[in-house]
Amino acid sequence: MAEVRVEGLTKTYGTARALDAVTLAFPDGGFFGLLGPSGSGKTTLLRAIAGFVEPEAGRVLIGDAPVENVPVEAREIGMVFQSYALFPNMTVAQNVAFGLEVRKVPAAERARRVAEVLELVRLGPYGARKPHELSGGQRQRVAMARAIVTRPRVLLLDEPLSALDKALRVEMQIELKRIQREVGITTIFVTHDQEEALTLSDRIGILRDGRLVREGPPRAVYDDPRDAFTARFLGEANLFSGVLEPGGLRLGDGVLVAGARTATVAVRPENLRISLTEPPAPIRLRARLRQRIFAGAMGTCVLDWQGETLKAVGRDRDFADLPAEGEVWLSWDAADTIPLEG
Amino acid sequence: MGGSLARKDRTRAALLLAPAYLWLTLAVFLPLSAMAFFSLLSDVPFGDREWHVTLDNYRAFLETGTYAALLWKSVKLGVTVTALSVLAGFPCALVLAKVIRGRAREAMFLLVILPFWSNSLVRIFSWAIVLRGNGVLSAAIDAVLPWDVRVNLMFSPTAIVIGLVHSYLPYVILTSYLALQAIDDSLIEAARALGAPRRTILMRIILPLAAPGIVAGAVLIFVPVVGSFMEPRLLGGRLGTYYGTVIEDQFVAVFNWPLGAALSFILLAVVLAILAAASPALRRALR
Repeated sequence: MAEVRVEGLTKTYGTARALDAVTLAFPDGGFFGLLGPSGSGKTTLLRAIAGFVEPEAGRVLIGDAPVENVPVEAREIGMVFQSYALFPNMTVAQNVAFGLEVRKVPAAERARRVAEVLELVRLGPYGARKPHELSGGQRQRVAMARAIVTRPRVLLLDEPLSALDKALRVEMQIELKRIQREVGITTIFVTHDQEEALTLSDRIGILRDGRLVREGPPRAVYDDPRDAFTARFLGEANLFSGVLEPGGLRLGDGVLVAGARTATVAVRPENLRISLTEPPAPIRLRARLRQRIFAGAMGTCVLDWQGETLKAVGRDRDFADLPAEGEVWLSWDAADTIPLEG
Repeated sequence: MGGSLARKDRTRAALLLAPAYLWLTLAVFLPLSAMAFFSLLSDVPFGDREWHVTLDNYRAFLETGTYAALLWKSVKLGVTVTALSVLAGFPCALVLAKVIRGRAREAMFLLVILPFWSNSLVRIFSWAIVLRGNGVLSAAIDAVLPWDVRVNLMFSPTAIVIGLVHSYLPYVILTSYLALQAIDDSLIEAARALGAPRRTILMRIILPLAAPGIVAGAVLIFVPVVGSFMEPRLLGGRLGTYYGTVIEDQFVAVFNWPLGAALSFILLAVVLAILAAASPALRRALR
């Protein structure tokens, strides 16, 4: 177990900056989610920590020791690949035992530890199977078992759940979190799925064009995204821009967002209220309801306001009185106004 | 999958299979049947020659030890050439598949395939120029080493092996390359992350997964080399009598087609027997 740090990490491919002076600390024993759109450099960052990518500048420290001269095979890392990368010519038990064999762990102890870790990932009876005989979720757990059985200092997960269907993904998120908590290993996890990042991580880092734009606990980042990119990437956000006045933000249609102190603000879809009659709330505006989308327990309303598309999310029954389309009132509480820089 | 093909699908499948199988029937089955027939005759059935059906041609193989000895010599040649080709070809395929990328790989591939494009006779005679005494090889070594050297590899088993390896090396490179290409790079990365040194990755991951390609290449080389006659004759000279050259003699020089045909079928049977005997081991390697 160890803290991992990267300092000023830079990597370019041709003219593209995959990583641009990224400095970040991954706390010991924590579950850190690296989040960003494709091409944001999150996988490059993970691979630089593993040692598969050699940075042009900056360094990686595992447990306070710089590792630039330590090759991948000596870094004591555990890695789970997007494709799981299970060895197809070996059984589940042989796959898991591989890292122990390489470390010359005696056969008896090897067998004990393999059995132990297969039990941990709830695959006890599957040791003799070949990878192609397993389901996607089971393969994912074998990859996990193989990565942690050597007791690495850090566990690196590269989009480990992206190959699974939605129901299984949610189940595996819970599994992954449980296993990580039981083992207590420093885990760094790459995903483009914001919900996954929010569910799993104690801390998240958001990357964009090779730069770290935001880092912190998921709730703090969600509640205070600070810029429009983060607000939109982590969860959904309705953006409002206007002119700053002493009392607040004056929007294009003359509505004053009282208390706002930045020229652009965001409001989360779940904090927007829709009503047919004028609401008593101080921040309210007229918008046109364009579409109501039913999605089981939750519903989404798509609205037009001043040529912009807004979204409101709520329990579907809260939207039951609304017409299919037409003029409505939108309102929100001043406390739900999120100030954005730039 | 199969078994329950709809009638229309079956017709379509038959139409798609027909050209290849008709051709195979004409090009392989008919001549082979004719040869099988010849092998049972006492003399070629041309003109007014006398002939009757006999097993004498097969008996000749069993009674005179020469043919069996030559066949054994040819099998050993096949094993040597196959082994050398695999030893030289697999590392080459590994580098082509996993190390070199882009344009450089295309250029390297061209060099590998080049022997296929040149006429085999030209290829063999060019080796003759290189290998003979006072030839290119001898002159080159003499120029490099300070003392007087004479190298004459011409008309030796070494010359035959060199010529055959040159001709058949591309097969094992191509089949190994295809098998190696199919190995996901993340498997190798996963093994490295688990702490495996290169040697372990090669032995435990790459070789077992590339085995089907290596075996396919080895079979593609072994079978024709056992029956080869051109390289042994042209590069081996007096020493170049092999099973293949004897068969060729029967057809071209001695005009004893029945014996040539019988020897060919014995070769076919022996090669099939060798492959069958090796198949448990091969199947284990392929699993």
